[in-house]
Amino acid sequence: MLSYDDSASLLLAASIAVPIIAACMLLALGRKLPRTVVDGVAAATAAGVVAMLGFLLANAANGRVVNWVGNWHPKHGYSVGIVLVGDEVGTGIALLAGCLVFLALVYSWRYFESVEAHYHCLMLLFLAGMVGFALTGDLFDMFVFFELMGAAAYALTGFKVEDPTAVQGALNFGIINSLGAYVGLMGIGLLFARVGNLTLPQLHDALAHHHADALVVAAFVAVITAFLVKGAMVPFHFWLADAHAVAPTPVCVLFSGVMVPLGVYAAFRVYWLVFADAIPVADVRRTFVVLGALTAVVGAVMCLAQRHFKRLLAYSTIAHVGLFLLAAGCLTESGTAGALLYVAGHAGVKSALFLLAGVMLNRYGSVDEVDLFGRGRDTRLTKWLFAVGGLALAGLPPFGTAIGKAVGEEAGLSSGYEWMPVVFVAVSALTGGAVLRATGRVYFGLGDQPRGENHSTSGSAEEAEVPMLLSRVRITMLVPILTLLVGALAVGLLPGAHHAAEEAAGHFIDASAYAREALTGRAVHAAPTPDVGNWTASGILLGLLSAALAVAVAAAALYARRLRLLDRATSGLDRATDRLRALHSGHVGDYVAWMMAGMTVLGAFVGLPLR
Amino acid sequence: MRVYAYLVAVFVLLVGAFGIVRSRNLVHAVVCLSIAQSATYVMLLAIGYQSKATPPVFGSPATKPNTSTVEPLVQAMTLTDIVVSATVTALLLAVAVQVHKRHGTVDPNELAALRG
Repeated sequence: MLSYDDSASLLLAASIAVPIIAACMLLALGRKLPRTVVDGVAAATAAGVVAMLGFLLANAANGRVVNWVGNWHPKHGYSVGIVLVGDEVGTGIALLAGCLVFLALVYSWRYFESVEAHYHCLMLLFLAGMVGFALTGDLFDMFVFFELMGAAAYALTGFKVEDPTAVQGALNFGIINSLGAYVGLMGIGLLFARVGNLTLPQLHDALAHHHADALVVAAFVAVITAFLVKGAMVPFHFWLADAHAVAPTPVCVLFSGVMVPLGVYAAFRVYWLVFADAIPVADVRRTFVVLGALTAVVGAVMCLAQRHFKRLLAYSTIAHVGLFLLAAGCLTESGTAGALLYVAGHAGVKSALFLLAGVMLNRYGSVDEVDLFGRGRDTRLTKWLFAVGGLALAGLPPFGTAIGKAVGEEAGLSSGYEWMPVVFVAVSALTGGAVLRATGRVYFGLGDQPRGENHSTSGSAEEAEVPMLLSRVRITMLVPILTLLVGALAVGLLPGAHHAAEEAAGHFIDASAYAREALTGRAVHAAPTPDVGNWTASGILLGLLSAALAVAVAAAALYARRLRLLDRATSGLDRATDRLRALHSGHVGDYVAWMMAGMTVLGAFVGLPLR
Repeated sequence: MRVYAYLVAVFVLLVGAFGIVRSRNLVHAVVCLSIAQSATYVMLLAIGYQSKATPPVFGSPATKPNTSTVEPLVQAMTLTDIVVSATVTALLLAVAVQVHKRHGTVDPNELAALRG
């Protein structure tokens, strides 16, 4: 399809501009409008963005949609303009952001009674930042949108300004992410110094036949650091738990469901488009696989050690980011496809769980599983939703998490990492098991009455987000939760989901086609990928295995005191966990020190083998 | 000579980061963050600089179309960068004030609400 001058390319710009305009209008008029109108306008804007991006995604299947803003079309492959490019992965993840913002706004219908339109305004700006970040084809614009979504996210994190943990979490989040962004900007500057241009297609052409010298490696490390700070890779992950635990629950949905995966998306987008030819594949693959495995394990262990339910979910997000890095870090088409499916399935399941955590908070005024032991036994639907969410997080087929996990495992095996399925299964089982343990305690009253000394992140002091604790779940809260779970099921059940992900991944990693389409406006026809079914027998079996292990983990945790045999083993484990917990100090200076150390490690991983 | 500008940029970035690590006051930490960001200004302007070049203002009798000028793009980027910095700094300072109200201190060593 000819992509420069059609109406679809206008939609690329509109899907960024519309939420910004709506946010400005709400900010100006919000004081005078009744609350229902504010809720309605915000939700309608998000729905409009979803519609536009859905149309774009349908178009992107036939070739990338390209918009040189202000018609600064390239001549002979050169332009000083900036470009928006909608391919399947970019529009897909932007669409995911739109859907989650819409559902979060529905969930927060008549939520936060006291606010004017500030909350809605920030949500829409956040949406604009995420959509722009996903659709832009310009490295400097990526920095700008990174900071736009960052600023909106910091403000949303600290939205409950009366809550001491919220403001501290927002400050840690803001300082770490912004410092990461500035490090990235240094890298962007280095690339500009070498190439004289910052659009991704032109960077691709300039570095296509370049060898990896010190400047390119330094730029790569700096840019990747910025995106993986957002993507919460260990050791850049410390801000995530602090921010997620304290942000309002509808905001957590956006953080875990799409903002953090966007960081991973950007890291791989830049790798494939700019650096893939310059830096040896084996080098980068080793980096992502080692750090991904570390992230997954640290996240899973910390997840199991939490009693604050939102913090528990936050660490589970870190664990799953590790799995995304493992899958996509294989640097193959099927690995990328696995990561895409996993991100989609995870977004549905994790977002539903966060909204359920909000239900717990607004019903009991606490998210501490020790405090709330047996409190939810009389609920009818909620407890089963929690249980289903825990099993889905562990990768129970046919949820989207299971298919993403299965495809990722296959990709790991075919790249020669025999241990990768073990990590996938273990991490899924541990995170799912942690959710099931909390569910068992709070909603089924299973196991022994837990003891547990009080520590600062227990979650019992968490501030409810509605003026009066709810006696029953509002329908506007229930519908988004069910929609998200059904969405996660759809990723696994829709025939052709796997095939579509393979095609999207193929286009995602085909950097030269991206550059040609963006710079000439002529469609490049890629060879179609062979049709693949959704499920393999081994995938289903490993999914069932991890779900069963999750139940076992939960049971072992619930009945730990009765199982005396485990005592000696667990006390050693406890000491190790305590040491790991102590590293998560909540001190922003420590986090910055870890970030600098992590950058050095990244540099060593990428740079040293090249000498 | 140009290499010194880059070294200064990296040095300023590291000084800013070190300042946050050692900070005993959150306002100080936010200012250190701005210092780290000013490293990016130095870097961008150093990239665009050319010795014996004029400002990129064409049309005046002094600047004919083919005289060499400094790179105009990096200045635009620096300006954007400054706007971003102002937003983030203002927001974080407001949050720091709020931390003081809620915790009664702005020393990160004494904030223990998010340990573990």
